Amino acid sequence: METHSDLQRMAAYLREQADELLKRWADLVLTGSRGLTSADDVRRELDDLLHLVLRSMTDADELAGGELRAALAELSRSRARSGYSPSETALAVFALKDAVHEFVADAAELVPEFLAFSRMIDDLGLHTFETYAAAREEIIADQAEAMLELSTPVVRLWDGIIAVPLIGTLDSARTQLVMEKLLDALLATGADHAVIDVTGVPTVDTEVAQHLLKTVMAARLLGAECTICGIRPQIAHTIVSLGIEFGDITTKATLADALAYALSRAGLKIGPV
Amino acid sequence: MDRVPILKIGQVLFVSIQIDLQDDSVVQLQEDLADQLAATSARGVIIDITAVEVVDSFIGRMLAMTGSISRLFDAETVLVGMRPAVAITLTELGLSLKGVRTALNAEKGLQLLGGTGDG
Repeated sequence: METHSDLQRMAAYLREQADELLKRWADLVLTGSRGLTSADDVRRELDDLLHLVLRSMTDADELAGGELRAALAELSRSRARSGYSPSETALAVFALKDAVHEFVADAAELVPEFLAFSRMIDDLGLHTFETYAAAREEIIADQAEAMLELSTPVVRLWDGIIAVPLIGTLDSARTQLVMEKLLDALLATGADHAVIDVTGVPTVDTEVAQHLLKTVMAARLLGAECTICGIRPQIAHTIVSLGIEFGDITTKATLADALAYALSRAGLKIGPV
Repeated sequence: MDRVPILKIGQVLFVSIQIDLQDDSVVQLQEDLADQLAATSARGVIIDITAVEVVDSFIGRMLAMTGSISRLFDAETVLVGMRPAVAITLTELGLSLKGVRTALNAEKGLQLLGGTGDG
């Protein structure tokens, strides 16, 4: 194929001045990387990449193409994790084109070769970008999961009384997690009173209310009483406007009131020393 | 068919379900329990379902019904040792087991029956 022989010629030409080219490439990448990595690291990374690029440009090495893509994927993934912007990541690849262009600028006979080379680099750049985006998506998914775990602590208020402070928007997945954690905690601690504090819940709609009611019902089946506290004034308004009935579930204004109520149910009370 | 034994401890009938509940064994248990309640005039029934991992709507309804039957003999039913997964299932099924009281474990269930009823 025409392009292949072009690429091969280009590879042979570049291989002769690989060291110079690497140096120029590394300089270009470093100027655009805001000092996020050291010059040595960049040079090592790019050295590997350049070898793979040159190998994949010659037909003799079929594996090199795959290896090059894997190496680029690894590079963009690690850059995505260490906070590079997408264009900074793609720059690592595109800078090679600039570097090579400087070398062949005055060699008019290398134009078709340079075009073929340029097309290949564009391709690799796109690949880098795609992996970068995928890595970012992965990070976001991980963070969402971590946040879900973080946002549902179960704390022990007193012997036999536990509290679940809910912070953030409640959705089905989260309420399910809250329910499971609360029930497990009831079982593990042997508590017979649970306080669900919704001070940090910004909005309540019928669905959220339904979820809360279900949680309370499930806790009741386990033999524990549930109190809901910390309903904000606006939310109280919404709940009444929506016609949501909390039935016989005890609701208290603040966590302190709920604790006092739970203590009194357990036959305890707090008094001055 | 497996039969669930009913033990009488003082004024309380104690039922510990250690088998996978089948529909017919639940019905059998209900009948046995009614017989026992009539014969012993017990004040309370404790049903321990610690070992029960799976329930369906029929069994859930039967448990609720057992509570209503016991009430006719002036006995209170306490369901103890329910697992979280079972509780979630029953709630999803929309069964809140009205007429049946619940406690975390057998000890607390006995306390509930022994005391004034406030636990």
